[in-house]
Amino acid sequence: MNKTKTNSLAIKTPEGVIFSLLLASPVTRFLAWAIDFAIITFAVGLTGNVMMLLNIFSADIARGFYIISYFIVSIGYGIALERYMRGQTLGKRLLGLRVMDSQGLHLNFSQIVIRNLLRFVDSLPSLYLVGGVVCLLSKQAQRLGDIAAGTIVVRYPKLAEPNLDQILADKYNSFNQYPHLEARLRQMVTPGQASIALQALLRRNELEPESRIGLYRAIADNLQSLVEFPQEVTEGLSDEQYIRNCVDVLFRAKVTDI
Amino acid sequence: MIIDLRKFIAEEREFWHNLESILDSLERQPDTKLTIEQVKQFHDLYHRASADLARIMTFSAEPAIRHYLESLVSRAYGEIHETTERQQRFNIRAWLFGTLPQTFRRHFALFMLSLAIMIGGGIFGGIAVGLDSEAKEVILAYPHLQVDPTKRVAFEEESGKNPLDGQKVTFSSYLMTHNIKVSILTMALGMTFGVGTVILLFSNGVLLGAVIADYILAGQAAFLAGWLLPHGAVEIPAILIAGQAGLLLASAIIGWKGHQGLTMKARLKYITSDLVTLIGGVALMLVWAGVIEGFLSQYHEPVLPYEFKIGLGIMEIALLIIFFTWSGVKKSL
Repeated sequence: MNKTKTNSLAIKTPEGVIFSLLLASPVTRFLAWAIDFAIITFAVGLTGNVMMLLNIFSADIARGFYIISYFIVSIGYGIALERYMRGQTLGKRLLGLRVMDSQGLHLNFSQIVIRNLLRFVDSLPSLYLVGGVVCLLSKQAQRLGDIAAGTIVVRYPKLAEPNLDQILADKYNSFNQYPHLEARLRQMVTPGQASIALQALLRRNELEPESRIGLYRAIADNLQSLVEFPQEVTEGLSDEQYIRNCVDVLFRAKVTDI
Repeated sequence: MIIDLRKFIAEEREFWHNLESILDSLERQPDTKLTIEQVKQFHDLYHRASADLARIMTFSAEPAIRHYLESLVSRAYGEIHETTERQQRFNIRAWLFGTLPQTFRRHFALFMLSLAIMIGGGIFGGIAVGLDSEAKEVILAYPHLQVDPTKRVAFEEESGKNPLDGQKVTFSSYLMTHNIKVSILTMALGMTFGVGTVILLFSNGVLLGAVIADYILAGQAAFLAGWLLPHGAVEIPAILIAGQAGLLLASAIIGWKGHQGLTMKARLKYITSDLVTLIGGVALMLVWAGVIEGFLSQYHEPVLPYEFKIGLGIMEIALLIIFFTWSGVKKSL
């Protein structure tokens, strides 16, 4: 596990695979808390109105129940939601955050209770000053409650499968006529350069047309400087198509090559 | 160095989709129970995705697919390696009569330390009020405690009614919630290496010792006992148990009490459920104390004889001692 201050936590599974969790920043966490605070305030107000119906029987009972319901809502909100929404409150869900065990496991109930009860210290003297400072200083962006409970808050974007159509498109590649140059290209291009070329194609639609032309020209020039294909197959090829042909060569090994 | 990405994706994407749909279903319905076949399939898919992630990390620098696979593997990892707690139903009877007293006894030394700190504060408060008449004004800085005990007793006994009539539920609810908050804070301040917990316990002791000294010196010991014992018999032990929890947390932070070989993270993990148990017990005790204080403690003679109130307090203490000493003790064969 990573010991330095970082925005991600690398976890090695018993299978030997390493994956990383993106740690939520103190600012994002504060925003999630602000949303939750607004929801709690609304819920408490609503409960208060409902409890006031008890005024029919007794003003004393209505006030007493209001005090208790305020207490239960303000303390129980985080505990109940993190328990039943798998580490998320409404604020955290809106901002794509989730509380997790610091080893990447699901939370157990004791951890949820402790991290929520320790808000009493983290929120001192006001607006989570203690918790915020500790969070900034902590290697894993933990407030005191997280440290005590062994939890972390991670950014939890549920990633959809990337658009792979561009990679999977099966078109004729004129470079295939020169297998020895293809082999040299695979040898000369580093994984970093290959990745840049691939990403430039995958993110084609995210780029402004002007920027795209400039970027593709730079990448194509770079690839051409490594291996030069004969003019008969490059003539009339746009920079983008040149990169596509190179990426196809780089990321699609021939069966005969294996 | 570079894998055949197209072939790789074309072959594996179906398995990724299957894993993703199982994860989505588990996250939508956390209590879903998988059949043995489904568990086996889930396990196989997780291993396959893990292997794919390892391949793509080793052979290619393609970040979008890597992030997607990391997301799948991290979600599945949490499910596969989850603790077994989810399958265990909470049994309140077993918790109340077994887990709670057992946990209390397991950390009894810390309870005694908590008691010693409060007694220390009590002695300090008592001596301060006894020796210095001006100390009362500083230590007992609440209007109802500033009154001369003799005058208060005369007034309460003469009026013969509860001054909280018409607001007993409000008062009782306030006491419960306030005292539970103070107890949680007492426990939580264990994170300050116990310094905050010790200060709260000591200051509570000072307040209590000063009140006791003030009433005893005024010759109102019977009134005091009748007033404080019915709810104090439960409330004070509850605060002491909250202190015990705070000191337990501090011990895990500092690393004493036989946990020296473990990291702080491991020590904290070891005591988390004990903290929840202790503070849960404290909350229950304070609900009871709040009811008694709001509905009974404020009635004095002639409405309620002091003997009855003192007897009730003594009975509560005895029951608490019996409960925490013998409840949940495993009988040896």
